[in-house]
Amino acid sequence: MGNSSMRRTRMRSGPAGRIVRIALTATALLFLFGFVVLPLVAVFAQALSRGVQAWGAAVTDPAALAAVRLTLLTCALAVPLNCIFGIAAAWAVTRFEFRGKNLLVSVIDLPFAISPVVVGMMLISLYGLHGLVGPAMEARGLRVIFALPGVVLATVFVTMPFVARELIPLMEACGHEEEECARLLGAGGWQIFRRVTLPSIKWALLYGVILANARAMGEFGAVSVVSGHIRGVTNTVPLHVEVLYDEFNFQAAFSVASILALLAVGTLAAKSFVSWYSRQRGGNPEDGEIA
Amino acid sequence: MRKRSVLPGFGLTLGITVCYVSLVVLLPVSAMVARSTSGGLSGFWAAALSPRALASYRLTLTASLVAASVNAVFGLIVAWVLARYRFPLRRVADALVDLPFALPTAVAGIALTTLYAPTGWIGKPLAAIGIKVAYTPIGITVALTFIGLPFVVRTLQPVIGALDADVEEAAASLGARPWQTFLRVVAPAIIPAWLTGFTLAFARALGEYGSVVFIAGNMPMRTEIAPLLVMTRLEQYDYSGATAIAVLMLGASFVMLLAVNGLQSWSARRSA
Repeated sequence: MGNSSMRRTRMRSGPAGRIVRIALTATALLFLFGFVVLPLVAVFAQALSRGVQAWGAAVTDPAALAAVRLTLLTCALAVPLNCIFGIAAAWAVTRFEFRGKNLLVSVIDLPFAISPVVVGMMLISLYGLHGLVGPAMEARGLRVIFALPGVVLATVFVTMPFVARELIPLMEACGHEEEECARLLGAGGWQIFRRVTLPSIKWALLYGVILANARAMGEFGAVSVVSGHIRGVTNTVPLHVEVLYDEFNFQAAFSVASILALLAVGTLAAKSFVSWYSRQRGGNPEDGEIA
Repeated sequence: MRKRSVLPGFGLTLGITVCYVSLVVLLPVSAMVARSTSGGLSGFWAAALSPRALASYRLTLTASLVAASVNAVFGLIVAWVLARYRFPLRRVADALVDLPFALPTAVAGIALTTLYAPTGWIGKPLAAIGIKVAYTPIGITVALTFIGLPFVVRTLQPVIGALDADVEEAAASLGARPWQTFLRVVAPAIIPAWLTGFTLAFARALGEYGSVVFIAGNMPMRTEIAPLLVMTRLEQYDYSGATAIAVLMLGASFVMLLAVNGLQSWSARRSA
């Protein structure tokens, strides 16, 4: 965004230009208000419709707390796994040339393209009671579908690309001269990564983790297929919201949903802060791109 | 096969990457495709092309297309305003564009349903003039518009930001009317990104479940989207039926992925 071009645009616009500018800005803001702000406000309005006490009762209900615990556990497993994978994938893809690289990058992107419900179906076809390996695993006492492993696997699948997606373009742009220097000066692989690579990718890494975490906490479709909605056992927070809503317990549903909405607002704030702060520092994770 | 590099870790990192991708993604994908034909091809097509499934595809495609088109128009305006103009709360508006990415889809779903229900803040005035939104195809389109918004804005915004306002100024000083400047100068430069954003929003809408399921009403043949039909079949223990529809949706995802890749490389060539 060129600051100078913006100033010039403002300078040259005559009365007609000003009307166009105001009309476009008003349209854009109205659209954002109607489609983005209102739903957000509605969540909090409904959550507090019977006062703060009712809200507190809904979010401290044992089933809600169990859902929060499950969601936190799922994130604690899925996000670090995808973080390690993202770093390894970015290193392999940006530091070496090999056959099939483009195919590998496309496969890494695949989870973004697949419907969450289809992701759930895949896990059922593999680990379900009628699945390829499900019966054999069940016989050994290992249950995946309708249990914690299924919830984690579904979450890992849908959040897989986030960290890799942030790191690959940045590490491509950084080049590897500095790392090669370090190598020639006698640094080992781990030392190169920790001292040379990590400092230049840390903001993009954090950015990817924030995005992956937001998606992991909120994933609904894929988890919904494999969880079986067992209250207090395999219900994540979004699934608990659905259960409450389907029981017509709207106030409680929105109260629990308001926690997720707060997390979403927190995610946006953290995301804006990281991209602002890293721009100040010179590193530049791509602004707001999740697609 | 691989160019010599002084950097270490090729075997380790590529090994981790390939194993992880195979276990997490490729294995489940293959399992589903393998299961889908276990009942024979005729069974597969009967389940995938049943009248109820066809109705759900038609609805999913139409609603996604309308939602992506609405986003193409308003997303362009939002991207233009955010990239070109300065106004109070611009940063807040900019951050809010990403809300549909950050807000869990189930939360978006119940919030939109409450807003557009006949008793809701928006639904009530609309019901007074005879427009029913929630539990109709219009409601589905509203939900899909919500989740698709960031795709168009975020693909267009950097491209509009990089446009040189001098060229528009030159066109204007040579006597071009504003709409001529837009059609002849601005549009050619942003069309690849615009189409990419549209396609991304459309692709996302095709598979969307969480935000739609609450507002849709879920009436078979009328307001039942394809992902929901997969769920319904599954709940009826009709595994082959659910798998057949899911495989068809997977095929559609591959096609969309190819389309997006093609558009992006076109877009990159254009801006190079």
